[in-house]
Amino acid sequence: MALDKPYLDVPGTTIFDAEQSRKGYWLNQFCMSLMKAENRERFKKDERAYLDEWAMTEEQKQAVLARDLNWCIRLGGNIYFLAKIGATDGKSFQQMAGSMTGMTEEEYRNMMVAGGRSVDGNRVVGEDGTAQAHRQPQGSQGKH
Amino acid sequence: MARITASVYTSHVPAIGAALDLGKTQEPYWQPVFQGYEFGKQWMKDNKPDVIFLVFNDHATAFSLDMIPTFAIGTAAEYQPADEGWGPRPVPKVMGHPDLASHIAQSVIQQDFDLTIVNKMDVDHGLTVPLSLMCGQQDPVKGAWPCPVIPFAVNVVQYPVPSGRRCYNLGKAIAKAVASYDEDINVHIWGTGGMSHQLQGPRAGLINKDFDNAFLDKLINDPEAAADISHIDYVREAGSEGIELVMWLIARGAMADAAGGPRPKAVQRFYHVPASNTAVGHLILENT
Repeated sequence: MALDKPYLDVPGTTIFDAEQSRKGYWLNQFCMSLMKAENRERFKKDERAYLDEWAMTEEQKQAVLARDLNWCIRLGGNIYFLAKIGATDGKSFQQMAGSMTGMTEEEYRNMMVAGGRSVDGNRVVGEDGTAQAHRQPQGSQGKH
Repeated sequence: MARITASVYTSHVPAIGAALDLGKTQEPYWQPVFQGYEFGKQWMKDNKPDVIFLVFNDHATAFSLDMIPTFAIGTAAEYQPADEGWGPRPVPKVMGHPDLASHIAQSVIQQDFDLTIVNKMDVDHGLTVPLSLMCGQQDPVKGAWPCPVIPFAVNVVQYPVPSGRRCYNLGKAIAKAVASYDEDINVHIWGTGGMSHQLQGPRAGLINKDFDNAFLDKLINDPEAAADISHIDYVREAGSEGIELVMWLIARGAMADAAGGPRPKAVQRFYHVPASNTAVGHLILENT
């Protein structure tokens, strides 16, 4: 019998469940390795060579090299793990979160200061809120 | 006999830690956040606990995908602040309380909650930011936190996380465990994380002030109703990371009224948007 996954119809959202976790195991474990300063140095020196030490799929490696966090998440990445890449790049959590919306850093920051993204229209796929697929990308940074 | 005298609830946003550590607390962006904790800092001095039982979640720091314990209690003598990728926060190490922690572990497991017992764990912003907010900044070497801390880590990273109801019932079991400890000490229980926020995908930046304020109302006046909120309601209404709020229910379940005692008194309530990506909420409830 299939598992109960009532969260699949939340727009712009990937719930990191057991299935995603299995898919992203090596991607996330690679991210964990960046918590050691010497690994961050080795990664920065030659990203491709460092990634090749891990049993990740080629697509996962490409997603990391592109720093495309939405792509990483589709491939099983989890934001708390992916944050170690951002930390290695000297990025804040706000910069990382904003990068997934297609907004510039300033546009995203302004949205947050103005009270954040409204839940209205963003509860269920098929509504008309800003997180819905047909409204992407949301800002002038958008390229995906 | 040990007793739980109060519970504290607060968000644990990493950017708050960074703002403290980089001396930005007086900047216009941050000033209202820290203003909301001035009361709590004084309250901590006036109501100094002997031990803090601190419910938090590890953010892929001590626990990678190697092991994902749903509930983990720290029974170590001390814990180092973790390097989460930006270098460790410049805060004092956290002293544990192995004796009370082991006592609680044994009692709570005998009440059918299967805890993981952890003797080696670095603690991340989930634990150190609440300490900084409530105890003020401390010199990493010469300073110290005001009392020992028992870290209690809850999995809210990999779905499914424990339900709000189970967390609430676990709080009741922790209160029983504390009450059966012979030494006459004053224990605070803290629930941290939340409030509404989402850190991923095109829906990142979601904030729901109505949900958050209704949650604060329920937590104070009708914790049974708060315990009934389902996973999907947290995700839909409070964002995928808003589900951290289940941790507040552990602290709430440990208050006297959950076991038929008198209702607690709310002595502080604070709410502010935003801190980075997140709505900041903070409550202090005292047992009466």
